[in-house]
Amino acid sequence: MTQYMLAVHHRETDAEIDEATVQQMFADVDAFNKKVTAAGIWVFGGGLEPRETATVVDGRGGKRVVTDGPFIEAKEWLGGFWVLECPDLDAALALAEEASRACQGEVEVRPFQAE
Amino acid sequence: MTTAHQNPARAALDRVVRAEFGLIVAGLTRRFGDLDLAEDMAQEAVAEALQRWPDEGVPRNPAAWLTLTARNRAIDRLRRESSRQSRHREAYDMLPPPEDVDPSDVVTASELTDDRLRLIFTCCHPALAQESQVALTLRLLGGLTVAEIASAFLVEERALAQRITRAKKKIAAARIPYRVPEDHDLPERLEAVLTVVWLVFNEGYLPQAEASERVDLVDEAVRLARVLGQLMPDEPEVWGLLATLLLTRARSAARLIDGRLVPLQDQDRSRWDAAMVAEGHALVRRCLQANRPGPHQFLAAVNAVHTDAATAADTDWDQVVALYDQWLAVAPTPVVELNRAVAIGERDGAAAGLAIIDELDLARYHAWHVARAEMLQRLGRKSEAVQAFRAGLGLATIPAERAHLGLRLAELGSLPPEA
Repeated sequence: MTQYMLAVHHRETDAEIDEATVQQMFADVDAFNKKVTAAGIWVFGGGLEPRETATVVDGRGGKRVVTDGPFIEAKEWLGGFWVLECPDLDAALALAEEASRACQGEVEVRPFQAE
Repeated sequence: MTTAHQNPARAALDRVVRAEFGLIVAGLTRRFGDLDLAEDMAQEAVAEALQRWPDEGVPRNPAAWLTLTARNRAIDRLRRESSRQSRHREAYDMLPPPEDVDPSDVVTASELTDDRLRLIFTCCHPALAQESQVALTLRLLGGLTVAEIASAFLVEERALAQRITRAKKKIAAARIPYRVPEDHDLPERLEAVLTVVWLVFNEGYLPQAEASERVDLVDEAVRLARVLGQLMPDEPEVWGLLATLLLTRARSAARLIDGRLVPLQDQDRSRWDAAMVAEGHALVRRCLQANRPGPHQFLAAVNAVHTDAATAADTDWDQVVALYDQWLAVAPTPVVELNRAVAIGERDGAAAGLAIIDELDLARYHAWHVARAEMLQRLGRKSEAVQAFRAGLGLATIPAERAHLGLRLAELGSLPPEA
């Protein structure tokens, strides 16, 4: 089994969505989470607060340097992710398709390094 | 590569070896679960064969010889590595000692079929970029060297080697499975495989640029399509692809004059390869009997109608239009609509063809301008035809096609614009 990250990215160009759509998305994501948990393949997952809440820490210089805001002002940023346990990429892609429909966004699938 | 083509004995050996390469890689990949190892060991076995066979003669069963040699080398390597790397220990523990392997039990026919199918679907997995799919398929299944593929596609050898390495890394790290897709995924996955073969064929048939020395990608594509036909004997879309390749390749000798593309209606049909046409027609009949139509079969059927006509004037345009109508009902695309419009133009006159062409939103496609130009010229609207030919020439990239368009402009008394 391999662990895959199913990452959801937000983009600057994403359209605003209305409240009903948001509620639908929450319900669908919740159903997806229940399904992968019941299947025993859920490792971790969740949505992130907006990127304005991010703080960057640099400890390389021996002294902690704390900066407000995300690492870079990207046109695209991580909005949330799942970590799921799958036998192979095809299985992960099938789940990503469901996840994408539930969260109404594109989903990037990446394998974790084997230990 | 150059020496291989100059020396017939060596070229014959190359062919034998190349024909078996995919089998060896496929079998080793299943046994050892490592595409990289499989490729390396297949390459070593091939090198050994090319060294020994000229003196010792080609063994009675070259595939078994190569498979056994590659497999023993793989076992040797895993043994050596297992002392250093624990990650191979598990694989090593499952291996029989090399001397216990009997060539006769190396593989059964159905195992061979399954292995190669797995390999094809892995090489053409949609998670890989299409260029990578093409390169991997030619390398691992087709047995072409990296140098041969690079020169065939006019890319740098180093860049191509990197592309193949990255693709293999992704297959391993992301765990792209080594198996034939399940039924519900099969049509889509098969389409990706057929597209790869089609791209290989097209690059050979209408090269983006002329290369002095390169393997014949047309032959490679036909060979791959034949392998697919053997491996998937119940897929009419595969027969359709093979038929299209054969019916197109049959016209090879007549399609170029001085590096210029000769359109179908102007070709010397006596130069078509009759045997290849016959094989293509037989495949199309098989498709019709199967009655499970798809885009590749429609394209093959259209080609069959064209190659069935003794002269261009004998072409059964009614039949061509009917085929495009059925095709559009199953899988509508603007390009198919354009081809149908051209057929309508032949059957019902240029005005009828032009009316449909003008409705299509294909102004970015050179063939749309060319089709318009031909209709306009037949309607006597010369200056508009010249304009359209120029627009087509501006978008066309294939040298032979550009040469043809230059000639058409010259025939209309207009010089092609300086490129």
